[in-house]
Amino acid sequence: MVALDLDRQTLFDWLLRLGDNALILGHRTSEWCGHGPVLEEDIALANTALDLIGHCQMWYTLAAEIEGKARTADNLAYLRDAIQFKNVKLVELPNGDMGQTIMREFLFDAFHFELLTALTGSTDPKVAEIAAKAVKEVAYQLDRSSDLVVRLGDGTEESHRRMQAALDYLWPYVGEMFVADATDDALAEAGIAPRLAEIQTKWEAIVTDTLEEATLTRPDRRPDVHTGGKQGRHTEHLGYILAEMQFLQRAYPGAEW
Amino acid sequence: MSKKEWPLWEVFIRGQHGLNHRHVGSLHAPDAEMAINHARDVYTRRKEGVSIWVVPSAQITASAPSEKGALFDPAESKVYRHPTFYDIPDEVGHM
Repeated sequence: MVALDLDRQTLFDWLLRLGDNALILGHRTSEWCGHGPVLEEDIALANTALDLIGHCQMWYTLAAEIEGKARTADNLAYLRDAIQFKNVKLVELPNGDMGQTIMREFLFDAFHFELLTALTGSTDPKVAEIAAKAVKEVAYQLDRSSDLVVRLGDGTEESHRRMQAALDYLWPYVGEMFVADATDDALAEAGIAPRLAEIQTKWEAIVTDTLEEATLTRPDRRPDVHTGGKQGRHTEHLGYILAEMQFLQRAYPGAEW
Repeated sequence: MSKKEWPLWEVFIRGQHGLNHRHVGSLHAPDAEMAINHARDVYTRRKEGVSIWVVPSAQITASAPSEKGALFDPAESKVYRHPTFYDIPDEVGHM
């Protein structure tokens, strides 16, 4: 069971961060469905989107249970407003071109993989169980995205240029994943989650190796410029995502098919 | 790489309970490693497989449909080639 000294609200907020990262990136990735450059990539991206949406469903179900207010996973996905979403800003940014999509996926996958791997050893068995299920899918996603970053970075002049531009654009957003606040600290104290500084060290190792192999230059700038998403302060892009994603449930409450 | 199209690969999957890899279709990929990844994404989404083979389609030599008669007709009406004239003891099991 959950450590007694950790209050429900803190655990709920932290679970929302996991679920929201997965849902928003899943939704962004799903925007490629039917628009991929080749059929094979189109299906691969759709698979990734479905994996992520599956993860959010597991995190939301647990969050709703912890909250104990009879809300469901669907309520959490479709009936919250932007300020109540706790995802990092990195995942809500527009897809851009294929290079930007793949680079963002890679930068997030490396974090996601290391976080979930650590969570498989969580003191909360339900968290550990969900992490164990999700990490298998994320391991494949990281294999795929890091492979593509290397291929495109060390590809043609054009693909190299696009990947470097994507990296430079996304860099000021990546730091938010590792900025720990009181919620992250409380979860780490309780042994439910790892310290984000540990995850950052592992993330750095993956990113440094991959960028080097991809012949890409790590930006010489601060990575933690755009923060606040975890606290509910978002870019303008999130509102548009929610408008599209939540329209049906807002217009036809309780609609099912 | 001047060619825009990725080469074609034939995909073979060994199913959960199947003994042999079976041809399931084809796909495009720049090399064998990506062909495996693509095959995983395109052909094993519903847990169809436990093993994947990919073969460049260009490496497959096929018999010509026009030679069908010469190749296959002679096997017609040679029932004695089927092992149906023997009694197989039950203990032998599946052959």
